[in-house]
Amino acid sequence: MEIQLTVNNKTHTVDVPGETPLLWVLRDELKLVGTKFGCGVGQCGACSVHMDGIITRSCLLPVSIIDKAKITTIEGLSEKNNHPVQLAWREIDVPQCGYCQAGQIMTASAFLAQNQNPSQEEIKEAMHGNICRCATYKRIERAVQTAVEISKKTTK
Amino acid sequence: MESTQHHIDRKTFLKVAVLSGTGVVFGVNFLQSCQSKKEQPINLEALEYNEFNAYIEIALNGYVTIYAPNPEIGQGVKTAMPMIVAEELDVAWDHVRVVQANLDTKKFKRQVAGGSQSIRFSWMPLREAGATARQMLVNAAAMEWNIAPEKCTTHQGFVVHPKGDKKGYGDLVLKAATLEVPQKITLKKTEDFTIVGSGKHNVDNFKITQGDALYGMDYSQEGMVYAAILHPEKFGDILVSVDASEAKKVHGVLDVIQFNNNIAVIGTNTWNVFQGKKAVKATYRENKNKEDSDLFDNRMEQAFESGKFKKRGGKGNVSEVFAKADQVIERVYEAPFLAHNTMEPMNFFAHVTADKVNLKGPIQTPENTAKQVARALKRKEEEVHIEMCRIGGGFGRRLIGNYVIEAAQISNLIQKPVKLVYSREDDMTAGYYRPKVKYKIKAAIKNNQITGYHLQEVVVNNMMWPKLANYFPEGAIPNTLFESYRIKSNIKTAPWRAPVTNFLAFAEQSFFDELANELQIDPVQMRLDLLEEAEKNKHDDMEYSPRRFQAVIKKVAKDAQWGKTKEGVYQGISAYYSHNSHVAQIAEVEIKNNQPVVTKIYCAIDCGIVVNKLGAMNQAEGGIVDGLGHALYSEQLVKDGIAVRSNFHQYKLGRMKDAPEIQISFIDSKEAPTGLGEPTLPPLAASIANAVFAANGNRLRKQPFAKNGLYNS
Ligand code: FES
Ligand code: FES
Repeated sequence: MEIQLTVNNKTHTVDVPGETPLLWVLRDELKLVGTKFGCGVGQCGACSVHMDGIITRSCLLPVSIIDKAKITTIEGLSEKNNHPVQLAWREIDVPQCGYCQAGQIMTASAFLAQNQNPSQEEIKEAMHGNICRCATYKRIERAVQTAVEISKKTTK
Repeated sequence: MESTQHHIDRKTFLKVAVLSGTGVVFGVNFLQSCQSKKEQPINLEALEYNEFNAYIEIALNGYVTIYAPNPEIGQGVKTAMPMIVAEELDVAWDHVRVVQANLDTKKFKRQVAGGSQSIRFSWMPLREAGATARQMLVNAAAMEWNIAPEKCTTHQGFVVHPKGDKKGYGDLVLKAATLEVPQKITLKKTEDFTIVGSGKHNVDNFKITQGDALYGMDYSQEGMVYAAILHPEKFGDILVSVDASEAKKVHGVLDVIQFNNNIAVIGTNTWNVFQGKKAVKATYRENKNKEDSDLFDNRMEQAFESGKFKKRGGKGNVSEVFAKADQVIERVYEAPFLAHNTMEPMNFFAHVTADKVNLKGPIQTPENTAKQVARALKRKEEEVHIEMCRIGGGFGRRLIGNYVIEAAQISNLIQKPVKLVYSREDDMTAGYYRPKVKYKIKAAIKNNQITGYHLQEVVVNNMMWPKLANYFPEGAIPNTLFESYRIKSNIKTAPWRAPVTNFLAFAEQSFFDELANELQIDPVQMRLDLLEEAEKNKHDDMEYSPRRFQAVIKKVAKDAQWGKTKEGVYQGISAYYSHNSHVAQIAEVEIKNNQPVVTKIYCAIDCGIVVNKLGAMNQAEGGIVDGLGHALYSEQLVKDGIAVRSNFHQYKLGRMKDAPEIQISFIDSKEAPTGLGEPTLPPLAASIANAVFAANGNRLRKQPFAKNGLYNS
């Protein structure tokens, strides 16, 4: 089935069964491999993308129901790898193996778009759904706080 | 600047070659090195430096590139190892980059990521390599200036004339390459280090944060097909027949093949082959051996009753002191199977053709795996090529290259380039688990002294190694005996982060807490006293240093204000030596809603010189939270031959809200660096159990705690 979808402000046409999860369309058809496969059942968050700005697990999202919604992946989060969350992630030096981090960054950026001044508890709550097998949780928490600081500075 | 004179080992650093127009390459033996990312600016084959395992290139613009063969699995060697070279070479850190050399089992040696040993083994070779190259650059400049080399100094990529004139390394390399490799070099004094001991960011951070294709899972090429695999659902079953008629009707499925004891579904993308897999019908001949966690428990109990144990080590006369003891204290500690659950599931690319076997993907043991592939396909070893990439977690799982062999076999059968991708379920249920194990520990007490220590291990498949008998409490207790009993099983088991010690440390360090309680001694003081005794009996075979061990215990006790906590805060201590590093931890537990909750971990580490402070902190914190999550929640169960937990909705891992506050101290040291990827994990679980005991009197002896103890967060 021919499906049109908008990813990172570009329109693509793919020919796949409608129930194919967005994750595999991104990775195998569009070769946007920054979005990662971790579990395929919505449990780890590695596949997180934004759908009209809302955090979404692409491994559970049939490509046919996306319709006109705009998808943003890690590759399209910012022009120059300079979204406050990306900057913070590098400043705090979060990654170990790095495999989960695209999903973490997408989750954090969607969360901060909704809540510009989160408490520590809210940060933990927002990031609790993303597994990091290397257990970089302490740095993830600090990096989200740092991203808040960076955003405040740049919007002043 | 004072320096250390040093005669270099000619086997470590020998040959220099000029590259056409781009710079100079030095052949080096790092023994164990680092690394990732595909870029191939130099032709290593043409250099024919067979005796080396890594290369340093200095370009005409003064930039330094390190080509190194070893895998980066998140342990940070890709950043830390070049830091060591840059330090002795005396170049600015931002002029250094690291490149993954393509794998070649004939050119490189010991290409393994495992055992937290990379930095330890390569410390001196890396320093010598940097210092030797620096000396040659100095000699080249001195010749041009017509002065003695001793008159010159270096600074951040320049040789400096005593009058202040400067020459950049890039302008000197071609001349330097024509000079003799010096026999004698000066290494920096550790107090003069500016790069080593600082904090450098992970060199791949930029690529990771923008989603570059760094991992094996991300790889694809023109004409490539995808494969999914079906292993027998039950351990030990034999595949009899396959009905692929329905599977072949699934959209995008190209073929279904049978090989060895497995079935592969070939198709046009990962999702299609996963769907195809669900439609395959297969029949198996059942393994009569019942593999079952509960049955293992029974057999383990029986082994403790009447099993014939194999001696693994020990000293003195244990039976005599137990016979004469005033009191014998005996406890049993239990651990389940654990899956590795690397975040990136197993996968590998393979393209088998008439003249080559090309492979690419995540593997901790490329050399050995290439050999196994050659054997499996009946090909020559030199026809097998492995290209490496950044790896989405190892934890020991990728020491076993079974999925690489599978990918090669599939490509061999279908004669196409193929990427084999495991689903999370394949990954979690097909084994290579941390072995299920129980330890029974007995202590003989005479006149309030511990006179004998007897540890019995009952384990599925993989026994502890004899060397562990030379860890603590060797030297501290005069009579010791270590014995193992092995239960053979079809369940596949393998090393898991900090093999054996990941649970042995829990058993031992919980047991000493129990002893301290029985003997009414402060648990910190008890450890310090035992180590004092060990210091008196120190010998060459002893694996640990009692003094360094005491120092981390004292440090953590001071940091945590042991014995002086606020009301409602309870502490537990645990200390363990592994991978040549000494670690002590204190957990703090508070009671919330009638349940103990871990609120803070203090940790003191002696791993010698800390090469990269930022990376080291990350490793140490990760090891602590990993240890906590697994101790609290994780287990794989086997029922009727089938692995029960198949994905993260059933297999619980530690998450964000479980991570307590963490405070880490590194002991200031001038000793050569030792392991850090693993050592903070083994002691952690006992620190929690000991703190929970202090809080509510419940003794946790069985993992995972959340299920078996009263801990419930
Ligand atoms: S891959 Fe989608 S949540 Fe794990
Ligand atoms: S950095 Fe390895 S899984 Fe998160």
